[in-house]
Amino acid sequence: MAYSEKVIDHYRNPRNVGSLPKDDPNVGTGLVGAPECGDVMKLQVRVNPVTRVIEEAKFKTFGCGSAIASSSLATEWVKGKTVEEALQIKNTEIVRELNLPPVKIHCSVLAEDAIKAAIGDWKRKSGLAEAAPASAPAVAPAQE
Amino acid sequence: MAIKLPIYMDHHATTPVDPRVLEAMLPYFTEKFGNAASRNHSFGWVAEEAVENARAQIARLINATPKEIIFTSGATESNNLAIKGAAEMYREKGNHIITQVTEHKAVLDTCKRLEKYGYQVTYLPVERDGRINPDDLRRAITPKTILISIMYANNEIGVIQPIEEIGRIAKEHGVLFHCDGVQAVGKIPVDVQKEGIDLLSLSAHKLYGPKGVGALYVRRRNPRVQLAAIIDGGGHERGMRSGTLNVPGIVGLGKACEICMNEMAAEGERLRRLRDRLKAGIEARLDEVYVNGSMVHRLPNNLNMSFAYVEGESLLMGINDVAVSSGSACTSATLEPSYVLKALGVGEDLAHTSIRFGLGRFNTEEEVDYVVERVVETVNRLRELSPLYELAKEGVDLSKMQWKTD
Repeated sequence: MAYSEKVIDHYRNPRNVGSLPKDDPNVGTGLVGAPECGDVMKLQVRVNPVTRVIEEAKFKTFGCGSAIASSSLATEWVKGKTVEEALQIKNTEIVRELNLPPVKIHCSVLAEDAIKAAIGDWKRKSGLAEAAPASAPAVAPAQE
Repeated sequence: MAIKLPIYMDHHATTPVDPRVLEAMLPYFTEKFGNAASRNHSFGWVAEEAVENARAQIARLINATPKEIIFTSGATESNNLAIKGAAEMYREKGNHIITQVTEHKAVLDTCKRLEKYGYQVTYLPVERDGRINPDDLRRAITPKTILISIMYANNEIGVIQPIEEIGRIAKEHGVLFHCDGVQAVGKIPVDVQKEGIDLLSLSAHKLYGPKGVGALYVRRRNPRVQLAAIIDGGGHERGMRSGTLNVPGIVGLGKACEICMNEMAAEGERLRRLRDRLKAGIEARLDEVYVNGSMVHRLPNNLNMSFAYVEGESLLMGINDVAVSSGSACTSATLEPSYVLKALGVGEDLAHTSIRFGLGRFNTEEEVDYVVERVVETVNRLRELSPLYELAKEGVDLSKMQWKTD
């Protein structure tokens, strides 16, 4: 299988790899996918509570090159956006940017899910959405 | 010595043609181009002589007689001919076939087709080490059983089945034994007499011969096995496989078998040492790597390992100057992880992280060391990128987590 140059670039030089402190009240964490499916993405955002701008984003991904590239690109795109703007990012835009073939579209879907999950987690922590179940860890899988 | 890149370490998929094989083949494309079935002139005789010589070379490698070798286009055809041909020929005796779950698709899909035509097929499970339990085979045999089809060695994990015991059980019950020998023939000793094999499939391009040619051994004595042809025509190959013989290909297959026979002992030992060096090199520097399948009953050139927390396709991408393959779903057409690893009870999470290394005749120690280096470096890099590795290091039990799956 031939990868697009952009996928190879993100795979070789992934942007924003790492972790943010998940207990920080301004950090939202999304963990989506499953090991049995071959893809797990963790995407974290640090949101300025006043401006609601995503000031920092980090990711870690278990998955193929396209999954790594999709999540790497997602962190680049959400940075500097408000949470509302970030929630507008569509998987199809990721597909277009990375030239993903049809069999890799699920990677872009997962990246969009990860953005939504991370922002959803931040909203819950900030009291802007219903609270997460008490027993769930900070990295618990996000709701649909 | 400088290493030439990319390095080929995927010899279960195919092998390069040995230069000695190519040299033997070349005259049969040009000046010795005759049709082996032309009985009336020297062009035909020359071709026929070459074919008969190849038949003898192949027969010697597996302890058969030349007349028992039927030429085909490759092992997929050989498997089809053996299974469908026996199923049709012995239909009055019964309609039950026994195979096992880690067979190549050329066997599994052939059996599936026969099920559509009213045959019953039993798919034996394998144990954790990848081998069938001979007692399961004994229990599966019924008065309607006409054929047992079990591979010699598996193409993904290199695990060798208890062939001699299977042959004995088949004989005790008067059932024919077909064996897909593609990965084993030419690599380890295969003896159709000692092992009680009635039908044996083999392929040239897996043993340093050309693509597009293979053979099926069909036992002629004790018992005399008969097959219904699946390709009809001029009645070549004792009526079992019509079609003008691929003389250069057959010459190549014969020569490849001769070389394997002469060099197998030394080459097997050399590849085993290289394989063990590869394994030891990786295990010394990476934790949580797991070998899939038995290390005892295994081809000397195979290593199949899972690298926990690192998805296989991303690992292949990182070692892109090394040709190996992965059991990851992302590398398969079906988006399912390897059915072979699944059958062993390897979890789907680990199946996604598996890499198959297949060493071959032209690999060197320097290449093995280079591959170790690249694998270790890439796995370490991807683990730093892996949320699963991070969670595991934090002490989270990944199997107990509730994952969001759509």
